Amino acid sequence: MSILAVLEQRAGAWNRMSFETLAAAQQLARELSTQASAAVLGQGIGALAAELSSKQLDKVYAVEHELLKDYTPDAYTAALRQLVEQVRPSIVLFPHTYQVRDFLPKLATALDRVAVSDVVSHHVDHGQAVLVRQLFQGKVNVAIRFAGEAPHFASLQAGAYRADRMEEGAAAVETFTPRIAAGDIRTRPLDLFRESQRAVDLGAADIIVSVGRGIKEADNIPVVQKLAEVLGAELAASRPICDAGWLPMERQVGSSGQTVAPKMYLAVGISGAIQHLVGMKGSRTVVAINKDANAPIFEVADYGIVGDLFQVVPELVEAIRKAKG
Amino acid sequence: MKIVVAIKQVPARDSQLRIASSGKWIDDADLAYEINEPDAYALEAGLQLKEQNGGEVVALCAGPSRAAQTIREALAKGADRAIHIEEEGAGSRDPLAVARLLAAALRSESPDLVLTGLQSDDLGYGQTGVILAELLGLPHATIIMQVEKAGGGIRVKRELEDGWFQHVEMPLPALLTIQSGISKLRYATLMGIKKAKTKEIKRLTAAELGVTDSAASITLERVYLPERTKHTQLFEGSPKEAAAQLVEKLKFEARVI
Repeated sequence: MSILAVLEQRAGAWNRMSFETLAAAQQLARELSTQASAAVLGQGIGALAAELSSKQLDKVYAVEHELLKDYTPDAYTAALRQLVEQVRPSIVLFPHTYQVRDFLPKLATALDRVAVSDVVSHHVDHGQAVLVRQLFQGKVNVAIRFAGEAPHFASLQAGAYRADRMEEGAAAVETFTPRIAAGDIRTRPLDLFRESQRAVDLGAADIIVSVGRGIKEADNIPVVQKLAEVLGAELAASRPICDAGWLPMERQVGSSGQTVAPKMYLAVGISGAIQHLVGMKGSRTVVAINKDANAPIFEVADYGIVGDLFQVVPELVEAIRKAKG
Repeated sequence: MKIVVAIKQVPARDSQLRIASSGKWIDDADLAYEINEPDAYALEAGLQLKEQNGGEVVALCAGPSRAAQTIREALAKGADRAIHIEEEGAGSRDPLAVARLLAAALRSESPDLVLTGLQSDDLGYGQTGVILAELLGLPHATIIMQVEKAGGGIRVKRELEDGWFQHVEMPLPALLTIQSGISKLRYATLMGIKKAKTKEIKRLTAAELGVTDSAASITLERVYLPERTKHTQLFEGSPKEAAAQLVEKLKFEARVI
């Protein structure tokens, strides 16, 4: 029995979620009285692997191949399948990144397993890991146990585990060279690009007023705009609002938009789907206004009003005006 | 181009959910259902590709008999025909079990392109599309914003994190999971609704497809409403009173205004 953390890098730079996964693997290994190892894939990743040699790990696997230089699901799946079959870990953990979402289900299926994706926490019961993930956009939790023979697979939600809990130590680095042929790779990835320079840096704002589906239609945006104005805040939105074109994409907060941690984040008519929460849960003070008392946004809110935003927000604007004198 | 769009029926977005007495699933007695929103965008992408390139759009759905409503809506929007794998309890199956049903139904279809939403609003595994690709032996790409024909294959735009994108070229046949919001969803027209009534819905069962339950590699232990881990101060009373109390706290406790 052992735990393997598969970490993510792009062009020699770590994805910061990798260290959350590494810390989680160390924690799970302690709880299950076993060892944790880590793997990183790519070409020319010696320096990254060496960095991991100072962590408390059994082994560090540097999975090197020229066909792993640019990510493709075919090459990553082939390489990881071979690594897993050689190392024989009982549990393999991944950060729940877009890249992992792209290849982990393929890898698990190739080995006749189901990966438990987007895990938010775990506990150990009778020497077995029980994983918790969310259903119905965060409204319901489900506890899941692995069944049958190892290996088992899981990916961990951003922020679910803390990278600063990572333990230092010493680990031997081992290079693993998978067998991959160019003909096995069916997709051709081209260069990465951004659409345009971002004109709005939400990351610099002290206060953000953010609006979600509860606003109902584009014509209602001025309701929250007034609130942003009176607070001197930047106006932001959850994804559906930007998808609909009611606010520009550059004002989107969440996994596909910007990640923010202002002094105050005021969520208006936002239910708080996971994809939104990962973009704002680091905010110092979170205020939620929502008509549904069970909306997951209240899970992260310090202050809240359960009510109709069209009645509450104008009163709030008035009260803030008075308070500011 | 023959396009299959895999769609799922899920509880309506604003449903008040209760846990079933078994503790293994939600109480689905009084729920309203709708198409999984990401799948609505996958259907839209499929219909647009057909309009540009010609061909056929087939809606594929695994679900109980009530899913027929969602299938009819897909036909009314413009899908040419549908396949309904009629199975009770498909909602709480793991994504591999569902993908096995979908794959079995697709083997005789040989589509050029299989589309589905990037994840479901109920289970949210975000895996069914990729698993289906692996079972069918197709190349795949996920979280796709744009699809265009290029040579004998396609060129797609993949969304990555933090505002990054990437183009990927791939051969056909292939499977794509479609990001929500990539285009405006169409409404069914009256003519579409009328036409839908004459369109073919092929009904199949797992047994007819030769799919038997195989040993699952994960087991659902229990579902439950999340315990509040954070203490939220809620302000009650009239909107005016609640707003005043909130501002008081923001000014003197959180000191943010």
